[in-house]
This record gives sequence, C-alpha cells and structure tokens, in this order.
Amino acid sequence: MDVSRVAVLANIPISGQEESKFSQQFAETLTTVELINELNTKNVIPTSQVTGFTNHMRPDRIDKSRILTQVEALSNASHTYQGYFVVPAIFE
Amino acid sequence: MKQSLNSLTITQAQTGLRSKQFSPVELVQSCLDRIQAFDTKIHAFLTLNADAIKQSQKADVSQSLGGIPIVVKDNFLTHGLRTTASSKVLDNYIPQYDATVVKKLKKAGAIIIGKTNMDAWAHGSSTETSDYGPTLNPWNTDFLPGGSSGGSAAAVAADFCIAGIGSETAGSIRQPAAWCGVTGFKPTYGRVSRYGVIAMASSTDSPGPITKNVTDSAFLSQVIAGNDPFDATTSPIPVPNYYQNSKLKFKKFKIGLPREYMQVMQPAALPLITTAVNQLESLGHVVEEISLIHPKYSIGVYTLVQRSEVSSNLARYDGIRYGYGRSAFSAEAKRRIMLGTYALSSGYYDKYYQKAQKVRSLIIQDFSAAFSQVDLIIDPPSPGPALPVGATVDQAMFGEMQDILVEPSSIAGLTGISVPCGFIGGLPLGFGLIGPQFAESRVFQVAHQYQQVTQWHEQKPTL
Repeated sequence: MDVSRVAVLANIPISGQEESKFSQQFAETLTTVELINELNTKNVIPTSQVTGFTNHMRPDRIDKSRILTQVEALSNASHTYQGYFVVPAIFE
Repeated sequence: MKQSLNSLTITQAQTGLRSKQFSPVELVQSCLDRIQAFDTKIHAFLTLNADAIKQSQKADVSQSLGGIPIVVKDNFLTHGLRTTASSKVLDNYIPQYDATVVKKLKKAGAIIIGKTNMDAWAHGSSTETSDYGPTLNPWNTDFLPGGSSGGSAAAVAADFCIAGIGSETAGSIRQPAAWCGVTGFKPTYGRVSRYGVIAMASSTDSPGPITKNVTDSAFLSQVIAGNDPFDATTSPIPVPNYYQNSKLKFKKFKIGLPREYMQVMQPAALPLITTAVNQLESLGHVVEEISLIHPKYSIGVYTLVQRSEVSSNLARYDGIRYGYGRSAFSAEAKRRIMLGTYALSSGYYDKYYQKAQKVRSLIIQDFSAAFSQVDLIIDPPSPGPALPVGATVDQAMFGEMQDILVEPSSIAGLTGISVPCGFIGGLPLGFGLIGPQFAESRVFQVAHQYQQVTQWHEQKPTL
C-alpha cells in the first residue's frame, strides 16, 4: 500500500514518521481483514444497508424547521466575509 | 443510610419527584455535587451544562422525563452546548440545532446536565483515544471504562446522573456498559434516529440508553425511538410500550447459546456466563447450543465497512464552515480515514469493500436462519472484563479485536443488551442477549427477568 498516495487521496496531512508507522499498521490490519477471503461468497448479493427499504423518498417540500438562518450557519466559521464563508483559494 | 438522590434510577426519581419528596433542583444539584466531588478522578465529562439548575427550576415533573438529569455522549449535537465528539477538530464547535434524540429528551422534560467523553469520533472501544484524555473506570481507575461511549457508562456507574445516552456502531454501548457494570441497550438499526449524531459508520450507527437497570433502558428507549423524517433509515413501525412490555408476565423463550462465541470468551469469564445461562433456565427458558458463523470473520467485515464509511463521513471536515482543518485529526482518525479510502479506491474496491459487504450478507442470512430456531441468542458483549489504562497504545485494531462478539449483531442491524453478571478481580463482567430486528420488547423482558433474580446491577463502585 502506497501510504503517501492514500494520504493525498484522503486529504490527510501526515509526517514522515507517521508514514512509516501507518504503513506497518496498515499491513497488519489488511492481513487481519483478509481472513474473510476464507468464506465463499460466489453468487452472494452484497449488503450495503439493513433496513430493507427501497427508494425511500420524502415529499419535495421545503421544511423550514431545519433551515438555519445565515447568521446561524456562519456562527462557527473561522473566516467569513460579508455574510459568506471564506474558502482557501483554489486558483493561483 | 438514606439513598442519595443521584444514585436513583429513572423510575425511583420519577416517584420521588411526583410525590414531592424532593424537587428537580435538588435532584440535579445532587448529581452536580457528585460530579464536582469525583469527576476529577473519573473524567467522564467534557462539557457541563451551566444552565442545568436554571432548567430544572422550570421542570414539569408530570412529563415522562420531567426533571430527570441525563448525560449525553459528546457526538450528539446539543443546541448552544459545545459538541466535540472528543476531537480537537471540533474543539470550538457550538451546534446550531439539536439531534433528534436530544430534541426528544428535552421535549420529555429531561435535564441534560453534561456531555460525556468518548473515543474521538467514536473510533475505539476504550475512551482512551479521546483527544481530551481517557475516562477511567469507576470500579478501578487503573482500568479503562470501555468505549466508545465510555464517558456515559462511567457517569452512570459513578452515579453522576440518573441515566445516560450513548451510541453504538459495534459494541460502543454494550461493551462500556459491561466494563462499567451498568445496563447498555442497542436498539435495532433504524429504530432511533441518527439525525444530528456525528456520523461514524452510517449503516450501523445506533443511538441507545445506558442505565442502572433494564426497565430504565426500556423507558428511555421508548422516549428516543421512532420514525424521524430527518433520517430516512428510521423505521415507520410504531414504537411499542417497551416499559410495560419489559415487565410482561412470564413467557417461555427458546434461547440459543452460540458455541463459536463461547470459544472466544476468556476462561475466567466462562463460569460467570454459565451461571447466567443456568439462571435463565431456572426462570423456565430453554437454552440450547447453536452454531453461528465464527465471529472472527465479523472483524474483517466490520473493519472494512466501518472504515470505508468513516472515510466518506469524515471527508466533510474541512475547517471552513466549522471546526479546525484536517491537520487536527489525531492518529486513530487518520488511520481509519486512510484505510477506508484505500478500501474504496479504484482497484481495491472489489477485493475489500465489496467482499466485506458480501460476507455481511452471509452473516445476516446466518442470523436469520438461527432466529427461525430460537427467540433470542446469548451474546456477551466482551470476552472479559475491563483492560488496564494504556492497553490501546499503538494497537491499530484494538477496538475491532475487543468487539469481536458484538460486531456480528451490529453489522446485521440487530437489537441487543448488556447486563452485569458478576465480577472478576473486582471488575464487572457483562452478560448479553441479542434478538431479531425490532424484537426490543423480547430482549427487555428476558433481561428484566434476569435482573429480578440477580443483584449485580445494584452493586456500586466506591469512588
């Protein structure tokens, strides 16, 4: 497993020390989880959720009880500008 | 000796409040006094509600939880009260709304006195991975309380409150309840809303109560359960009267004892489990040995499913709208996010995530077949009692290995309970039962019968 590549994919900053430590720990974890390969899953349908619901829809109506005001929405942001969130620059 | 108010159960507190033996203010104050005196030693709390006394002055004791002091795990959003999930990423986060569970508790009149410590992001089974330091086990502070809902379990065991709320992804209610000698109940997945709960693994996260006995768990479950339009995975099935059902007159059940699970139990714990099994038999239930898929396979399924869902859920923490950025994640969260990212990445999806989901189907089918033969299954939440402080250091799979016995029922979305069944070296051991989806009443009924013939749940630690 290419730990630095996965760190980039996951957007997780890691130090060189963490990289070597994680690399060893991931190898151990993967060895443990690979035990499931002992079980035959040919023709088995995967389960992603256990409720049995299919196409569980709600009415397409605006529910004001769960809408935050602009002031509330911004209340935890570290950087705001004239009622907006400030995000890191993407373009040079 | 007069029983101090903070040591009461929900039903005892209700009786006292309604008959005016004491006031909600006195009840809340007794809990706060206890916290003040002993939480420096236990560290169950991250944040206390400074308005608790003020709120208790207005309590209406005719409400179902009117004036009852409750603690809530710190991954439930509480409007205006700091919520961190024990992570420095959310160190300064003040929620703008209440989780559905919190809303229901408040509507029922409960006084939320504080937010309890947990493994950061619920990633663990020890409360030792909290960015704010571990909670210690009230029975012996050299030992861990279990986790991830370790703060709530320790708070209930230490009589810092009347009852607590935790959440379970795989064992995070039942295992700390077992290690702290209290009752922990995991409802069926979809029975209690996840809205406003800081997500760990969305396909198994289940909020539930941690209490001093089974009937309190039944009572609290009834308050927090139910369909929620804000969580599409909640069930439309009406919520039965769990409290009344837990006390229903005796019915004989057939209970399965899975041989593969007993193989995982520590030798010192087996005699206590056998005694509990004998007690169920003497109550008139029929216990028969059954065979299930070995729980060792659930470790892989749970690890892969959970880390994949963690990597997706924690992708939202960018420090822009709230909290600090991704560099504030500590090692355990980093490892889980990264391993999940790997399991979902191109070229590995089929090998890991997809394979795990297929084995998940096998485990569900296995339980379904078992429950066509038996009504309930015996499932101790932990192979043994609490482990010492420091046990998790550099153990990348600590939680998954510890929770081997509760991972199968969690990934299948079943309901289950942990009740105290004795002590090993002064530390409590948990006995457990699991039932089919939405068989909560049956689980409560048998667990309550067990507590009527045992006194383990009435033992209190000396702080």
